Amino acid sequence: MSKIWSFHGGIHPPENKQQSLQRPLEALPLPSRLVLPLQQHIGAPASPLVKVGDRVLKGQPIAEPTGFVSAYLHAPTSGTVVDLVDHSVPHPSGMTAPCVVIEPDGEERWIELQGVDDYRSLEKHELAERIRHAGIAGMGGAGFPTEIKLHLSDDHIINTLIINGVECEPYITADDMLMRERADEIIGGIEIAAHLLTPTHVLMGIEDNKPEAARAMTEAARRSRIDIEVVVVPTKYPSGGERQLVKLLTGVEVPSGKIPADIGIVVQNVGTLAAVYNAVHFGKPLISRITTITGEAASRPGNREVLIGTPISDLLAHAGVDPNRLTRLVMGGPMMGYALGNANVPLIKTSNCIIAGAADEFPPAPPAQNCIRCGACEQVCPAELLPQQLHWFAKGREYDKALNFNLLDCIECGACSYVCPSNIPLVQYYRHAKGEIRREQAEQRKAEQARIRFEARNERLEREKTEKEARRKARAEAAAKAQAAKKDDAVTSAPKADPEAALKAAKTAAAVARTKLKKAEKALQIARDSGESDLAALEAEVSAQQQKVAASEAALKAAESTAPAKTPDIKELKLAAATARTKVTKTEKALADAEAKALPSAEKLRSSLATLRSKADAAQHALAAAEQSARPAAPAEATAAATADLKQLKSNAAILRTKLKKARKAIEAGDSSAELAQQVTELEPQLASAEQALAAAQAQQPPHTGPDLKALKSAVAIARTKVKKAQKALDEAGDNDDLRAELAQLQQQAAAADAALEAAQQATESP
Amino acid sequence: MALMRLSSPHVHRPGKTGDVMKQVIAAALPGLATLVWYFGWGPLINAVFAVTLALLFEAVILKLRRRPLGFYLGDFSAALTGLLLALALPPYLPWWTTTVGVFVAIVIAKQLYGGLGQNPFNPAMIGYALLLISFPVEMTRWAGPQEVTGAQLSFVDALAVIFAGQGLPDAVTMATPLETFKHKGALTADELWAQSAQLLAGLHAWQAVNLAFLLGGIYLLLRRIITWHIPGALLFTLFMVSGFFYGADPSNHGSPLFHLSTGAIMLGAFFIATDPVTAATSNKGKLVFGASIGLLIYIIRTWGNYPDAVAFSVLLMNLAAPFLDYYTRPRTYGHKQPQKGIKR
Amino acid sequence: MESILIAIIALGCIALVFGAILGFASVKFKVEGNPIVDQIDALLPQTQCGQCSYPGCRPYAEAIANGEAINKCPPGGQSTIDALADLLDVEAIPLDAEHGQEQPKTVAFIREAECIGCTKCIQACPVDAILGAAKQMHTVIASECTGCDLCVEPCPVDCIDMLPIEPTLANWNWPSPSSSEHIIATDRGRGNAGSAA
Repeated sequence: MSKIWSFHGGIHPPENKQQSLQRPLEALPLPSRLVLPLQQHIGAPASPLVKVGDRVLKGQPIAEPTGFVSAYLHAPTSGTVVDLVDHSVPHPSGMTAPCVVIEPDGEERWIELQGVDDYRSLEKHELAERIRHAGIAGMGGAGFPTEIKLHLSDDHIINTLIINGVECEPYITADDMLMRERADEIIGGIEIAAHLLTPTHVLMGIEDNKPEAARAMTEAARRSRIDIEVVVVPTKYPSGGERQLVKLLTGVEVPSGKIPADIGIVVQNVGTLAAVYNAVHFGKPLISRITTITGEAASRPGNREVLIGTPISDLLAHAGVDPNRLTRLVMGGPMMGYALGNANVPLIKTSNCIIAGAADEFPPAPPAQNCIRCGACEQVCPAELLPQQLHWFAKGREYDKALNFNLLDCIECGACSYVCPSNIPLVQYYRHAKGEIRREQAEQRKAEQARIRFEARNERLEREKTEKEARRKARAEAAAKAQAAKKDDAVTSAPKADPEAALKAAKTAAAVARTKLKKAEKALQIARDSGESDLAALEAEVSAQQQKVAASEAALKAAESTAPAKTPDIKELKLAAATARTKVTKTEKALADAEAKALPSAEKLRSSLATLRSKADAAQHALAAAEQSARPAAPAEATAAATADLKQLKSNAAILRTKLKKARKAIEAGDSSAELAQQVTELEPQLASAEQALAAAQAQQPPHTGPDLKALKSAVAIARTKVKKAQKALDEAGDNDDLRAELAQLQQQAAAADAALEAAQQATESP
Repeated sequence: MALMRLSSPHVHRPGKTGDVMKQVIAAALPGLATLVWYFGWGPLINAVFAVTLALLFEAVILKLRRRPLGFYLGDFSAALTGLLLALALPPYLPWWTTTVGVFVAIVIAKQLYGGLGQNPFNPAMIGYALLLISFPVEMTRWAGPQEVTGAQLSFVDALAVIFAGQGLPDAVTMATPLETFKHKGALTADELWAQSAQLLAGLHAWQAVNLAFLLGGIYLLLRRIITWHIPGALLFTLFMVSGFFYGADPSNHGSPLFHLSTGAIMLGAFFIATDPVTAATSNKGKLVFGASIGLLIYIIRTWGNYPDAVAFSVLLMNLAAPFLDYYTRPRTYGHKQPQKGIKR
Repeated sequence: MESILIAIIALGCIALVFGAILGFASVKFKVEGNPIVDQIDALLPQTQCGQCSYPGCRPYAEAIANGEAINKCPPGGQSTIDALADLLDVEAIPLDAEHGQEQPKTVAFIREAECIGCTKCIQACPVDAILGAAKQMHTVIASECTGCDLCVEPCPVDCIDMLPIEPTLANWNWPSPSSSEHIIATDRGRGNAGSAA
């Protein structure tokens, strides 16, 4: 017999275990519906593998883990998946969670099970994988996926495996019953766990209020091939708490914030190990468990073997629970379990007990009195906390102080609330405070994240701005350099690298030179007229400029000759043609003017007009020729050009419209000057023609390009929103004629947009 | 069916704060009976009067604070405060003095701080200390044991003395043994007690009273209403310190037995110092708390101005209780070191 | 006369000695703390919503360090004001209603069918929590959204809703017992609890 240590505090509440031990273990009849929450374990919820209508076999996986800490879920019987819904689940909040609902067909057809007889021949990770595929999660209450605890990484060396058969909570006898009935399965599970973890000691703790279970386990342990020590510990709540049990059996404490594996200890519940045994030897997944049903409202209390997913109402009916006496339905034990709001929730992998409590058994908590600092809570706290101090801090929302008083080491065992003479719901204070602390920490993390993102964004914007600035500068510099280079080039001529660029540069240079010359000449003229003195200087300047012009023109010519013969650029040609035409029209106008006024310049104009006309003709020809040659080669370009034209037309029309609107607005605003009126009259026909052109162009558009549905949609959406906003404004402003008119207009627009969209949609759908 | 959704635990140990207070009151009754036995009706009248006043003041303040009366009066804390104050008062104190004491205890020392659980100082001792300082004449006019003085006051006489302002007959008055001891002058302790049988009989009366309170205290310990730490440390310290000085100079210092059996020592050790609201809470803190009170009692009794010192010692240590809690936090499970201080 | 002189000299000496001690202590035990702006910034909720009229939380933190009022942050609410008051050792004042009310935490949600892909909300988002490109549908990265509201106004088609964060099983918390009347008899009971006792 190994030494038993002790832990601080603890209480001895009435055990009430005998009630549920009077009847042997029974199996619950197959329920008419099974509700399987996707999360019955700690970690990420499983993701379903079945859909509504699927037929499933008993033991078939219906959901798979979605992360490292997650678990498989299996069909507890054969039947049909009838629903995948949010169903109320066993949780203190009474909220719903996604569940798979199965309607059993009553045939109980198993999938093919593959057990292994000699698990020692398997690789450890294969063995762990088998346990994982059986969906086993800690059945003592927490529901931590078991294979993670059994297949630890290399940095955890396990020296002690502790099997938890303590079951210290009052009322619960599920583990007691399991140990009495299936001791060999538990031993088999322990052997598998010991094989996986290779501990030097295997200790099993059982409270001394379960002598029969302890006898059965000792017996079975003697038959085992490994050395399992069954330690009977004194009955005290909460000896079954993981940390308390570790202290009790080994004398060491699990450091705060760490897990037992960090000090080389793994604790497993007896039910979990029995499930591991069945999973490995027979390939049976975890689809049922032993649950205690007890409480004063139950006329047939006892332990039942239930399928996971069985509604609690079925269990209550089987145990003969009188609904008129039932006032509190507790899942788990009376010390740490939570009260359920209704019986329409399923039993899950961690449901070890259901207490159907009557009013005199669980009277409503009396109102809390003031804390008199009696220290009873401190005497019983198994974590050696100062519960009353924590209570003050939690009540006063001083969470940092509560943290400093180690609130997070509280295991919520309820011993302090149990003894409190003032009936203060201490545990609820701690639970609330812990939740608030978690929320605050999450918020703080989020705020920190937001701050980082905000700063990153600001940095990005700043960077973009500077980059833009840098690019602009670079462009300006490049331009300046090019200018300088051109100047040089103009003198030295001989373009080297890019003949085309050189040509362009040369052209610009020539143009610049010409302008400068013109300016110089003008200055000279002015100077002459006004009789300035420094005529000489100006003249020299002019001659210098003339020379430069000559040089640049020579350079230009040279460049032109060196530039490769290129395909005529249609755009350029178009431009040239257009310019030529404009010039012609302008000159024509000027000529008409001059002729009307009989000016002497008419003659001159006439001759220039002639040259211009010929030039325009030439340009037109060239364009025509170029277009002819380009068209067969690049029809796509043409259509592109066409769409581009369409766009151009659209924007023209839009601009005109805006102008018109502005002018009208100005007039409305009271500026009734003749100028504006004229502008309006001018703009109106222009707009009309632009719109006509647009319409024509649109008509010409090849049908396949079609109306832009997206654009239309967004137009419709915008129009609608405008209508909405206007409506709102109208609502707020009350009766307002202007607004109403505007609204009507907007509504019309929206309707038009809608119609257009519909038409477009039809058009696109019909072919 | 209407099911309750409440946080665990769903079971609760029987016994409420009111029950605790009732037990303490019950444990104090043997002491009261002994006082009545030796000093006549005065202590009983005082006690009933003080308890009634305490409940009255508490009710008025609760009314002003708009708290439910039945709920808060039902915790019996006010009644206990009144009783403890009355047990400490001289047997035939004029009614107005008692009234002032109870008023200060309930209204100022307790309710103005926020009621039960919020007061930093023991209310009864605040009331007692205030009376002792303000009305030293009334507060030191003790009656002698009836068998010693031979003058028995009838119940009506006692009422007249307390409520009608009839002076206490000189025949009835007698200094307490502690007072006598303090003013013994050049006599040694043995000589003092050998001086007269009356003094010795007075001493024995007080020893009987303390024995009664000790019995009540043991009852509280057995019922686990108090822990042994505070009274144990207090009595042990007083015993050791008085033993040291008695051993060094038996003629001038009282024996440990004398110190442990006179004055309000047992009342203080088991009923006053153990008031959980104003005492240190951790076991280590309680030990220091009790030991310090024991030491202070000896110091003040021997070298101070007042013959007894329970009230002042308890109040002084009430002042230090938060400090003691601050430095005697237990080591939480899984932690290497107990944490100290409030902020990180 | 002489006694006065002695007194003055003595007091002067004491003052000097204590001054020297204080000076030494201030150098020796100097607290290397965060600059105050960082500490203030850490207390602000970092929604970057601008309801305080500053362009983000940090600018407001800087303003507070320069004497701006601490009650202009509706998202942080009274708890932030209390924390700031505690940090700066000033009186905690109620929230300035001019800048908005404290509201439950929300998260932006884009009704994606109605989004026209204008990118206006993306530009408005202070924490880059909206994903999308021109003419493409946008969506909010809910986990990064601070609920600042700034994307709602620019949307031309009003397709952004601010949805309250729904409690889930994961973030559900036990209610505080002090909030439920029937458990605690306090002022709130106003005598009702007395009958229950």
